[in-house]
Amino acid sequence: MTSVDQVRVVRGDRSDWAPLMELATREVFAMILGCQLTIPETGVEGSFDATSMVGLAGKLCGILTFACSAKSATLMATKMLGVAADEGSREVLDALGEICNMVAGNFKNKIAGLADGCLLSVPTVVTGKNYSLHSLADVAALEVRLLFEGMLIIISLRTNS
Amino acid sequence: MPIRALIIDDSSVMRKIVTRSLRQAGIDLSQVLEAGNGAEALAILQESKVDLILCDINMPVMDGLEFIKQLPGVPNAKDVPVVMITTEGSESHVVQALSCGARGYIRKPFTEEQVIPVLAGKQ
Repeated sequence: MTSVDQVRVVRGDRSDWAPLMELATREVFAMILGCQLTIPETGVEGSFDATSMVGLAGKLCGILTFACSAKSATLMATKMLGVAADEGSREVLDALGEICNMVAGNFKNKIAGLADGCLLSVPTVVTGKNYSLHSLADVAALEVRLLFEGMLIIISLRTNS
Repeated sequence: MPIRALIIDDSSVMRKIVTRSLRQAGIDLSQVLEAGNGAEALAILQESKVDLILCDINMPVMDGLEFIKQLPGVPNAKDVPVVMITTEGSESHVVQALSCGARGYIRKPFTEEQVIPVLAGKQ
């Protein structure tokens, strides 16, 4: 038998989730990094050699990824910690993982039924560009593009129906 | 009066962020002790006294809920307020933590303004 919450999650129009994902990301950056994200103009391109991933399991299954440049990741860590971080350092990777974790947590807490019914995995961070991500998720990825200090970041959610 | 805090989180970055947030909230920290999980925290509390404990819920080895259940058996931790910090919005976790004696909880991400009332027990 399917619970009411499951119905909301499973049958809900996930296209409505993009604004929530954007809001969740904006809140994390405002609260933890003390900065405001902006909307990129059409055609803005970025470098994505740092990608953090958090898995979701339960009423919503899938993966949330957070991609940015190594330069962006270093600046994020510096803002989070209040001290200069070295590019590629453990602190930068940990900070990127925490950002993704908080975005995923903040996002799911905004959707009815997910706060209690969806668990997050420990974040994983991949560096470098020479990889392809294959997910068994069967619903088209939901993607939000934002600018952090003028640099493009992409948050994607790939889920199973 | 300066206080000694114990911050328990498996992420060293998160421990630093929590420390920085407490200081930015105007809390005068004389010493900050750090633990990566509940078991490490219990070991620290065998040797040290603190005035405040901030604890993540999801951690390897010993999670925050198990930690708070074991806390009454630690003499140094008697009457020390514990505030849970979590990314998960799970009400069941929060209810469990509060029923085990946590003073309150803070959901990550949080602002300095959200920290003060919780620490003061006014959540």
